[in-house]
Amino acid sequence: MLLQQLINGITLGAVYALIALGYTMVYGILELINFAHGEIYMLGAYVAIVTLSFLTFSGLTAKSLLLSLLIAGIVSMIYCGAYGLTLEKVAYRPLRHAPRLSPLISAIGMSIFLQNYVMLTQGSADKIFPHIFPADSITMGNATLTYLQGFIIVTSVILMLALQAFTKKTRLGKAMRATAQDKKMASLVGIDINTVIVVTFITGSVLAAAAGIMVAMYYGLINFYMGYVAGIKAFTAAVLGGIGNIQGAVMGGFLLGILESLGAAYISSEYKDAFAFIVLILILILKPTGLLGERVPEKV
Amino acid sequence: MNNYKRVMIIPTWSAFLLLPFMGIIKAIIGGGIILAGFILFSAMNNFMKSERGRKTSAGIQNRINNLHSFIEGPQIKKRLLSLLLLLLIVIPLLMNNYYIDVLTITGIYVVLALGLNIVVGLAGLLDLGYIAFYAVGAYSYGILNTEFGIAFWPALIIGALLSALCGMMLGIITLRLRGDYLAIVTLGFLMIVHLILNNWDDLTHGPNGILGIDPPALGGFTLSAPLHFYYLILVLAGLAVFVINRINNSGIGRAWIAMREDEIAASAMGINVTNMKILAFALGASWAGLAGVFFAGRYAFISPESFTFFETVLVLSMVVLGGMGSITGVIIGVALLIILPEVFRGFQDYRMLAFGGAMALMMIFRPQGLIGNPRRKIELMPNEERI
Repeated sequence: MLLQQLINGITLGAVYALIALGYTMVYGILELINFAHGEIYMLGAYVAIVTLSFLTFSGLTAKSLLLSLLIAGIVSMIYCGAYGLTLEKVAYRPLRHAPRLSPLISAIGMSIFLQNYVMLTQGSADKIFPHIFPADSITMGNATLTYLQGFIIVTSVILMLALQAFTKKTRLGKAMRATAQDKKMASLVGIDINTVIVVTFITGSVLAAAAGIMVAMYYGLINFYMGYVAGIKAFTAAVLGGIGNIQGAVMGGFLLGILESLGAAYISSEYKDAFAFIVLILILILKPTGLLGERVPEKV
Repeated sequence: MNNYKRVMIIPTWSAFLLLPFMGIIKAIIGGGIILAGFILFSAMNNFMKSERGRKTSAGIQNRINNLHSFIEGPQIKKRLLSLLLLLLIVIPLLMNNYYIDVLTITGIYVVLALGLNIVVGLAGLLDLGYIAFYAVGAYSYGILNTEFGIAFWPALIIGALLSALCGMMLGIITLRLRGDYLAIVTLGFLMIVHLILNNWDDLTHGPNGILGIDPPALGGFTLSAPLHFYYLILVLAGLAVFVINRINNSGIGRAWIAMREDEIAASAMGINVTNMKILAFALGASWAGLAGVFFAGRYAFISPESFTFFETVLVLSMVVLGGMGSITGVIIGVALLIILPEVFRGFQDYRMLAFGGAMALMMIFRPQGLIGNPRRKIELMPNEERI
């Protein structure tokens, strides 16, 4: 029972962590909560479903399942990256020097806009994601780990490691970290801030797309408002780990996933969604910097 | 050159983005529409920058200013207000029930939006959980009435007080949080309230809601016709306008504005920021509670469906579109957002899409709202420092 809940929690947590990374990276650089980030995750699931049904139609899915899944994943990541880039250009860049409230309201507006855009073009009914993944599982004692869960956990960890390598090793990644520390200083040493911000948005969106596809496969159902709750939970994960901190977001994601699945099993499944918010409120009251976050002095 | 490039890139890019959601043909049409919008916008922008455009816009601005100072003149303002009040009292007598109901809904949203305006517009605290207080008001009357038989009028006060209490609680919890954190935590608060409404079956009857709530009664006279409810909400909305206007111009209102502009400077000037924040939450919430009690009394039925995040967004867009911090602006915002969807009934589905887009566009092009508070305008304009 406990082991099973841990497995479920880790699977859920991997997804939260992937979305949380997008929040944390954008916040680290722009000090802006990208409210529409949850919507990007939802778009990812939708693009994947559209691509998959197109591939099924053209007969590829029947021939090679793995290849068509890969194609759907890549297409959806490209699209989410494109949407993230557009979002930044249209809704956030004109407001970069505006007071804090303005970009926040603009972000909420974009989130509503994207939700309704998908609802109008794709319908408000739930969409069924094709069950294409083999339903086998590995049994460990009295707990089972399905292949899909294993796939989600492994893929997420690979993506996180790739992100880690990207930020630590590449020039662009280093520029990103420099910009997060001090925008002005970074621009003085020749870093193009706009490029860095765009790359940050694209990276975050690509990770969110991956999360969207995996959740769609996991639950088998997607709808246009799935990004809303997932977005808030991922944000909670980012805050839990210390916003702006990449390792923190990963840790926060896994912790929140485990917490939620244990809470649903042992306390109350009806109030499952409330645990994340209670954790969020507690964290913000007791330790606003999060578990790994550094104390940032208030800018006057 | 740059412009030609843009003309190529914008439609291609938009069509690319639209493709998986709309199919090829619609995506190309969509790209074309976006291009047309962009060309129209740049043409307007160019015109505004040209000599003639500048003159025209200055002229319009002048006229608006003249009109504004004319209306704001003490004598005229009083007369106009009484005329408006008279119209609001008389005209519904000639209307059919449907339009009266639309006006009643407008009244509910006026109270809600003015309450939110205290928190967001004056105190500068972005509260996304505002509708939770509306729910607290509605459910407190619903439960008190169906379980304990308490009448509307005492419930009106109890509901407002309970909401204010919840507002204070939320204010105390979120005292240390700034802008975006505050937004998320208040949103979380709304979701918790929503979960409680849906799951605490014994008290709230879960998703089924509460049925058969008594309408308000005045002495022996029970309000039943839509017109009665209209006059009741007119009184409540009038009360809200009056009280909030007075608060706005009092020391408290000034303290809020000072706090919104700069917390540290405000506390250095002797303003108790802690108390002011809690007060803003409590006062804003009490109006939502009042509106909630009225809502429960009017429709005799409440369910969690009425208190979703979308309602918050609706009220927030009213405040943002009309002009944060300005009472006239907020009322105009409410009127627009209720009446426009009524006029364009065929486009009902596109309502939220338009609101979302308008919120973002408003922030970019006219952050002070349609009728901006002049003080607010200065604050919302981007500062000069660039990197």
